[in-house]
Amino acid sequence: MGSHRMLPFAFVMLMGTSALAQGPAFGIGRTPSPEELKARDISIGPTGEELPPGKGTAKEGAQLYRTKGCAACHGATGLEGTAPNLKSKDPKNPDVWARGRILPLRAPFATTVWDYINRGMPLNREGTLTVDEVYSLTAFLLFINDVIPEDQALDQQSLPQVKMPIGDNYASLPDWKPRTKRLPGYPF
Amino acid sequence: MGSKSLNRRELLKSSAALAGGLTLGAAAPAIGAQQSPDSHHAPPSSPMIKGDKDGMIAYGERSNYVKSVRIPHGGRPSPDTFGLTFHVATPLQDSVGVITPSSLHYFATTRGSFLPDIDPSKHTFMIHGLVDRPLTFTMDDLKRFPSVTRLHFIECAGNRSSPRAKTVQESHGMTSCAEWTGVLLSTLLKEAGLKGTAKWFVAEGGEEVKGASSMPIAKAMDDCLLAYGMNGEPVRPQNGFPLRLMVPGFEGIFHTKWLQRIKVVDRYYMNYNDFGHLDDEPKTAALGYQIGPKSVITFPSGAQQLPGKGFYEISGLAWSGGGAIKLVEVSTDGGKKWNKAEFKGTPQRMAFTRFGYQWNWDGSETEILSRCTDELGQAQPTRAQLAKYWNKPYDQTFSVPGLDNSVQPWHIASDGRVTNGFA
Repeated sequence: MGSHRMLPFAFVMLMGTSALAQGPAFGIGRTPSPEELKARDISIGPTGEELPPGKGTAKEGAQLYRTKGCAACHGATGLEGTAPNLKSKDPKNPDVWARGRILPLRAPFATTVWDYINRGMPLNREGTLTVDEVYSLTAFLLFINDVIPEDQALDQQSLPQVKMPIGDNYASLPDWKPRTKRLPGYPF
Repeated sequence: MGSKSLNRRELLKSSAALAGGLTLGAAAPAIGAQQSPDSHHAPPSSPMIKGDKDGMIAYGERSNYVKSVRIPHGGRPSPDTFGLTFHVATPLQDSVGVITPSSLHYFATTRGSFLPDIDPSKHTFMIHGLVDRPLTFTMDDLKRFPSVTRLHFIECAGNRSSPRAKTVQESHGMTSCAEWTGVLLSTLLKEAGLKGTAKWFVAEGGEEVKGASSMPIAKAMDDCLLAYGMNGEPVRPQNGFPLRLMVPGFEGIFHTKWLQRIKVVDRYYMNYNDFGHLDDEPKTAALGYQIGPKSVITFPSGAQQLPGKGFYEISGLAWSGGGAIKLVEVSTDGGKKWNKAEFKGTPQRMAFTRFGYQWNWDGSETEILSRCTDELGQAQPTRAQLAKYWNKPYDQTFSVPGLDNSVQPWHIASDGRVTNGFA
């Protein structure tokens, strides 16, 4: 047993300081391949670093909106459907929140719109849109909400740069800590 | 199942199957067990259960007399004509103790979902992002890690009583409590090695939409759990088979089902489920996370009928996202006087606590209510208290911000009929 006592020390010497904090304690699990990582890494964050190469425009998106069945649920202009509206009924209201719960208008990042379409649309045919089609549909929805001009192509570089109308005018979440109340000062 | 009269020998043989086949404390005739073939006891008067092999031996069925079932919630059919399931509520009015049987556990899907039929031998779970070593685990891998077993409730953010709710199933049935077994997320994150810039994580399931939620890394390191076990057997498909993320005390949507990936990131990712939580009011946004203290009386509750005045044990459930329940009080006079209720068992953190209160009903019209306080000192409010806090008029237009944890009144008429006090 005596030699075991030396093991942690020897380990630290070998692995350097980061191993002191967090070395693999169990050695279970395998390293995912680069292909596996790339295939699964579909959550698009605000920087857009996970966006795949590709591009699209509002003009192409307008066509896809009809041919891919978007209009059937969301309405011909994004207003008349049974699914959530994609265009504001009150687009000039200076209060962006008052313009309605419209994804391509209220989302703080254009990446949120891309991610939403890519993972969630079309309903029950998720995963059937190509990367270029997702860029095109995102461009179309941003265009009909006056967020980008009709001729602006969206791609890996330009999409995360789009300035959304809501800016930073939304509530960020509290810095959650264990064993604290759900809201400081809130008695309930 | 059929029935026929049996002789004593057959009866003795079938009693063993009965003991295994009946659960839930159903109204099972206590037959045969202590009788010897030459006893002089009168033969039992009930017919005997003669089920098939599957129901009696392989996987036991409950009694034919027990009819408690889940119902579609919120007026949406489930499954719908396409086979999508939406929200399904648990029959709290029939519950005893604190465990919801897996077959009766509530479930919800973000916007309607088909049920993924996942082969566990092919399922993998991946951790990557801001870690030193991205890792992929098979289900067998995950079961090699040290496990934990904990009672935890889950509650849907839409679990909101309304005047339309006739029963406690309709008003409160989008919550359940089960015993979950699995590996702590902190164990796996330590195995992968968190980088110093890690602040949030995104969890993703295996349904069509792969609903993704951003959650604080502090929660991951505190008590999140990757559950493969539920009430002593594998997690049920409707609850995420083969792997479900438990985020104890947070709204139900965070408890990612069919879990296949966690990405550790440096910021809030504002993905699919996050957009649903987007709010302009910081206080409301904060309340859409950790669930407040909440309780409800399950007996007597809406649509039940008291046979007459006399003794009743009022029974109910209390829970909180803030930890263990510290105190439950019951009022039998519409909220004028509050009496301390008795705990049935030891309250666990982020789990149902069953309470009881002994009551002699004098037969006059009244209203019964329960309220609770958790270990953080958070107290369950009435809707009137909430309206006052939020400086809004208390009328039918008032909507509780965040998950509704307000006190539920049950009205008892002099004929013993119980109805929703909000109606």
